[in-house]
Amino acid sequence: MTQYLKSREAILLGAILALLAMIATRFPAFVSPGNLLNVFNDTAPLIILALGQTVVILTRCIDLSVAANLALTGMVVAMLNAAAPGVPIAVILVLAVSLGAILGAINGVLVWKLSIPPIVVTLGTMTVFRGLIFVISGGEWVNAHEMSAAFTGFPRSVVLGLPMLSWIALGIAALFLLLVFRTPLGRAFYAVGGNPHAAVYTGIVVGRTQFWAFVLSGALAGLTGYLWVARYAVAYVDIAAGFELEVVAACVIGGISIAGGAGTLVGTILGALFLGIVKNALPVVDISPFWQLAISGSAIIVAVTFNVRQNRRRGRIILKRAEGHA
Amino acid sequence: MTDTSARHIPDRLHSAAARLLKSWEVLLLAVAVAIFVANSFASPYFLNAWNLSDATFNFTEKAMIAFAMALLIISGEIDLSVASIIALASTAMGAAAQLGLGAPALVLIGLATGLACGAFNGALVTGLGLPSIVVTIGTMSLFRGISYIVLGDQAYRGYPPEFAFFGQGYVAWVISFEFVLFAVLALVYGVVLHRTNFGRAIFAIGNNPTGALFSGIQVRRVKFILFLLTGAMSGIAAICLTSRLGSTRPSIAFGWELEVVTMVVLGGVSILGGSGSIPGVVIAAFVMGLVTFGLGLLNVPGIVMSIFIGLLLIGVIALPRLWAMRTR
Repeated sequence: MTQYLKSREAILLGAILALLAMIATRFPAFVSPGNLLNVFNDTAPLIILALGQTVVILTRCIDLSVAANLALTGMVVAMLNAAAPGVPIAVILVLAVSLGAILGAINGVLVWKLSIPPIVVTLGTMTVFRGLIFVISGGEWVNAHEMSAAFTGFPRSVVLGLPMLSWIALGIAALFLLLVFRTPLGRAFYAVGGNPHAAVYTGIVVGRTQFWAFVLSGALAGLTGYLWVARYAVAYVDIAAGFELEVVAACVIGGISIAGGAGTLVGTILGALFLGIVKNALPVVDISPFWQLAISGSAIIVAVTFNVRQNRRRGRIILKRAEGHA
Repeated sequence: MTDTSARHIPDRLHSAAARLLKSWEVLLLAVAVAIFVANSFASPYFLNAWNLSDATFNFTEKAMIAFAMALLIISGEIDLSVASIIALASTAMGAAAQLGLGAPALVLIGLATGLACGAFNGALVTGLGLPSIVVTIGTMSLFRGISYIVLGDQAYRGYPPEFAFFGQGYVAWVISFEFVLFAVLALVYGVVLHRTNFGRAIFAIGNNPTGALFSGIQVRRVKFILFLLTGAMSGIAAICLTSRLGSTRPSIAFGWELEVVTMVVLGGVSILGGSGSIPGVVIAAFVMGLVTFGLGLLNVPGIVMSIFIGLLLIGVIALPRLWAMRTR
């Protein structure tokens, strides 16, 4: 029992509840169920991206290109919608997911086949993807009046009391939980991150597992690309600029170890919710939104300190640092 | 670079790819010359002493940080907060300038802010044993976040006139102060990395931190000093950039960390640590500066240039590996 109370998820849940209680003492309206659902809906894109990032980080990689992937895919579907408003939403969704997956696969192939360090690959593809948005759009914006009502309406359409955007985040969370706990690929993510050498001896191809992690992360980034431009009803070169760091922050706060193989999806979701609540609460409690960057930075540092402390207590691998550099 | 120092730690590994890498600087130099020649044919405005002098401002500030970053990456760590340190140091200098402090005080404040940020990163990484990539992603948000808290959507202007020298002054004819500083720092870092015990220790740590520790190198102290150096260089870059622009916004130098890392990796420094050279980084700085300047003369927008930089980053690492796969 104490083990559960000391777990990252429990501590984080406690922190979130404490945060909400603190806000509630002065602004009770913030914790009304209706507003909390709004906060969840607002955090849904972060949750979706953070789930994809989690499997990438579990395999000892990192994907810094998610925000650029999101923006590129968003621009492509927005331009398609502006040019051919008749294309049904189902086709747009399939297209966004596939394009995102292809962009993710580019990262994956470079990491798998050429064993280029993931941070270098995704730094590179991040700038290339951003540049491509400018090339295809010529620097122009796609504005709300150029998009069809069906295109912008889909993420907001309310089903059973929740917007579609929230349902998609919940659905993906459920799928990822199944994937990680019930499929060989899901277990391979942990095996590859925990000990790549041992993973090889159990018949897992490390590079291929990392490849699929990048494909998943890319597919979710593509999907979020459509949801993002549809929700905000605008697409331009710089949408979601720097969002990749918030995504990594959500994972780190959620207890995902950057060294791979440790952390849970529930932690990631709580980490994303923590950032989402802070972001939505700042204007309510009348703190300048300019504080947000510094707060999430501090949260990352505090969280990673916790991560390392927890690992140390367990005494997992004595020469972990040396092994990481080998 | 396999000089006859006492410890005999090669700067590079001996594999098929490494043999090609050994001539990395030569290859890179050829690329630089090719770009130079192509540029002088592509634009009639290229071969002009003043234009070329202007072009150096594209890379001198970033290259100063890249020297320290190269040492840090060779030792197996990384600092992604450098651009945010520039923002914070520039904000500190701006605030001091509003109080009416003179240029010498501003320089001191810029340097001190850089050193303090470097010490903060270094303490978290070496003191608490946290992974540097996460720590510096965190401090990247934190440092720039503080700038945003202080400045919001405002900007600092009104720097004293004599402060303009650092970013706009010329030492002789077309030779700018920044370029001289860049050259001096290149020399200092080259000597430190390739001709001193401290430099050998950096390679040893990058190749095998445990082995380095057991051979009597104070790994944590060396790494802490490297974080301090990176912070100090970011402070110096902040002085030059602030002086050149004459104003400070919280978004100053946004995204520079990627260009600095690209410069280092393009210069042949292994992102995994343990190998690299300062001459390589110097040539890489020229290559990136020439590409940016040449494309600018041809009216290519900045964001499209970033495609070239991104492809360059992946290409320079991928090509030797593809080559090694084919010849194996």
